[in-house]
Amino acid sequence: MINEHLIPSIGVITDIRRDTPDVKTFRVLGLDGKKPFEHKPGQCAMLSVPGVGEAMFSITSSPTNEEFMEFSIKKCGCLTEVLHSLEVGQQVTVRGPYGKNFPVEGEFKGKDLLFIAGGIGLAPLRSVINYVRHYRKNYGKVVIVYGARSMDDLVDINEIKTEWMNEPDFNVYLTIDRPQEGWDGHVGFVPAYVKELGLDPTMTAVLCGPPIMIKFTLQGLLELGFDKSRVYTTLELRMKCGIGKCGRCNVGDKFVCKDGPVFRMDELDELPDEY
Amino acid sequence: MTDLENKIIERAENLLESGEAARVVGWKKGEFYFDPSPAEFDSKEQLRDFVYNGFCGANLSKYLIQVSKKPGKTAVFLKPCDTFSLNQLVKEHRVNRDNIIAIGIECNGKLDIEKIKEKGVSAVTEASETGKEVTVSSLYGKSVMNKEDILLIKCLTCKSKKLVGVDETIVLGEMEEAPSDRFEEVEKLEKMTEAERFAFWKSQLSKCIRCNACRNVCPACSCVKCVFDNPQSGVAAKANDDEFEEQLFHIIRAFHVSGRCTDCGECSRVCPQRIPLHLLNRKFIKDINTCYGEYQAGEAADGKTPLTDYTVGDVEPNDVFNAGVRK
Amino acid sequence: MIKVDRTKADGMYAAISEKMPLFIPVKSAGEVNYAPWEKGADVSLDTLKTVKSAKDFFFPQSETMMRFKAEGKKIEIIDDRKEVAPFVIFGVRGCDYRSFDILDKVFLQEPVDTYYKERRDAAVIVTMACAKPEESCFCSVFGIDSADPKGDVTCYADDKYLYFKSNTDKGAKLMEIIGAFGTEGGEKEVEAQKKNTREIMEKLPFTHLDLSVFKPENLNKLFASEEWASLSEACLGCGTCTFVCPTCQCFDIRDFKTNDGVIRFRCWDSCMYSDFTQMAAANSRTTQLQRYRQRFMHKLVYYPSQYGGTYSCVGCGRCVNKCPQRLNIVKVIKRLGDKEND
Repeated sequence: MINEHLIPSIGVITDIRRDTPDVKTFRVLGLDGKKPFEHKPGQCAMLSVPGVGEAMFSITSSPTNEEFMEFSIKKCGCLTEVLHSLEVGQQVTVRGPYGKNFPVEGEFKGKDLLFIAGGIGLAPLRSVINYVRHYRKNYGKVVIVYGARSMDDLVDINEIKTEWMNEPDFNVYLTIDRPQEGWDGHVGFVPAYVKELGLDPTMTAVLCGPPIMIKFTLQGLLELGFDKSRVYTTLELRMKCGIGKCGRCNVGDKFVCKDGPVFRMDELDELPDEY
Repeated sequence: MTDLENKIIERAENLLESGEAARVVGWKKGEFYFDPSPAEFDSKEQLRDFVYNGFCGANLSKYLIQVSKKPGKTAVFLKPCDTFSLNQLVKEHRVNRDNIIAIGIECNGKLDIEKIKEKGVSAVTEASETGKEVTVSSLYGKSVMNKEDILLIKCLTCKSKKLVGVDETIVLGEMEEAPSDRFEEVEKLEKMTEAERFAFWKSQLSKCIRCNACRNVCPACSCVKCVFDNPQSGVAAKANDDEFEEQLFHIIRAFHVSGRCTDCGECSRVCPQRIPLHLLNRKFIKDINTCYGEYQAGEAADGKTPLTDYTVGDVEPNDVFNAGVRK
Repeated sequence: MIKVDRTKADGMYAAISEKMPLFIPVKSAGEVNYAPWEKGADVSLDTLKTVKSAKDFFFPQSETMMRFKAEGKKIEIIDDRKEVAPFVIFGVRGCDYRSFDILDKVFLQEPVDTYYKERRDAAVIVTMACAKPEESCFCSVFGIDSADPKGDVTCYADDKYLYFKSNTDKGAKLMEIIGAFGTEGGEKEVEAQKKNTREIMEKLPFTHLDLSVFKPENLNKLFASEEWASLSEACLGCGTCTFVCPTCQCFDIRDFKTNDGVIRFRCWDSCMYSDFTQMAAANSRTTQLQRYRQRFMHKLVYYPSQYGGTYSCVGCGRCVNKCPQRLNIVKVIKRLGDKEND
């Protein structure tokens, strides 16, 4: 067969985990039982259910996981609705990896890292957080601030509680939007919590979540003295090809599929406000 | 500048200056004499670019759907056929008539630059009309053309010179009736054999590039979300199984606007492949006239319409079936 | 150079099409578009602008990319493309010929789009020199010499003769067929025509359009220009400009369910359409102003920024002639040039 990037390969769903009422995590392997392909933290892949459509998802599992690839997917449209209805053993198609990764081998090295996520925004960060855990000695201390609407909406809470919270030099702060029975942790929105925590502005920060959260969290970070050149985020726009040809995921002269999805805040400042 | 254009601009100026209108919708000068675009004018300064000449074929009524939602009143200049479109939009509650000052203006048919170019005249700098003749000036000199030869398709068979439902009019002379009967073209198609008619539409509709210009310009196509743009509808395909599949789009569209299409002819004017799309709609108009009695959509902004009201005299569905399918 | 009497042209087309498919501007139902040559075809070689451009040959309006068959939980992916046999595109004007370079930059950059490449490689291109450019032409603004386009073979035409010159090996092979229908000669006539065409080009109204403001460093300034509101106000949001444009290359990929599995196809899309950037829960361009701005910023700023300064416009003027409401790239260039040039 001709090596055509738009032609996917077959992926087999080998495990489905319900994380929250509207988020499921899918484990995907190639037909040979191995990972469909190698990737770097922050990169994405195109998943499709033929007949329904194809869309870009961030790869949630860490590249250091040698056995499988995982995608945490929120039910919010046609394709994701169908994905949520699938059973283990179902085949889908997968192609990738696409996009620029977090600079885990570059700017992140040796730095103290701050991860801030809201809701499903944790999905792309899980990959990089677990990568950092794997190569723990390459990085400084790690702070994670993660918020969701309710305690039921916190994705991967088990891993967070049993693994991340027990990692040396890992500080994990959780928050939910409104008080809830059974929750004795912090209550409040992520941006406000970030300011309350009075975080160390020399850390390198990564933000991921709904645009409104990113906007206000960034403001908070800047007030705390963070520099935009050390704050990263990811963008999400409609994509069809994933390789910078179909022409729709651009912000100014950058394609999110190719030049993103990871952007530094000072880079984003240079681009038109259309995302 | 013609007297008519002068009068129109004068009126626009004083509507804006007196504050009666917050804005005026008209036509704006383009790069050439023959390429004015619809535009909104908010100030006297902007009116310097206002034009009304032989190339102002565009029907401005559909813009009023959006513009009439803006604060203040909007004055709009409408040619006779455009006034039918506004009326119809008002009837369908798409335009808030209270916010509109409708000014009916004289029109004796608008010109088609493509037809002029086909006569070998390019770089047109002016076209002045005197009765049945048009003197076309270009960088290469002047030529006198028979107006009928260079009219837009829609103007060859203009349905009416009436200015309906307007608040005021600017008409300086007698408007001439259209050169030919608009149903003659439909009759020609009706007289064809089924095979001939199929061949005609196949050759025409196979040119379609599905740019949606006909739909987007159509004042009757005012759905907020067209069924063909709705991925959930199952008919939103952007590609065809074969070159003639576009017939479905055009025939469904013709059905949807039947009884509401005023025959403004914009669909044919804007088609980049010059498909005579108006003939599909006109066939429906003719059949409605035959089956339910004479009816002109947009003639009034209220009243009953043949396809949405039942009367005892209505044609029996079986008669329609026999007249069409079985013929 | 080979000189062929126009009365022999049909014979020549027949001879070429015996060897491989020949596509040429043909008038059908009143309009001229590229079509396969067949006996009796109303060839319209002197038509300056086919309605649709020549990009269709490499980037067709729609094409099947692959098929899927599902059985139980299993899926099979079928790529049953056949090898593309060589074919001739006859009559490509200088503007459309340049558009291939612009499309190449997108489709042939890594990772290569093989659907495009297979067709691109199979084509033998006969360009057609312009003798009578019209007022909507402005290819010279982009450094295109419509009087002497390249391609595998260049064809020059006057009222009586067609003149052919080969530029490549592929072209030389085609000339073997063409040569049988003509004689050597015509250099003098062709040189005179080139000179004449260039003189006309120089006098056309858009020849001296000033593009100097359109450079990557002005991206944000141009994006923020207040002019977009009035430039776009009459835009219908149709796809005419996009679909007649030889350089517009945005596409959609969709699935189509059939009784025999699923077809995944690619088709032209338009940034002018409201659903172009629609996602499940958000849309980055919700107004026609944004969509209109995207189209022209892409051609005049984003594309040049991505591909070494080349503009994604060839000045063919199709949008000038075909926009239903007479909006076009020239108006954008002039207005932004006037207002945003310091």
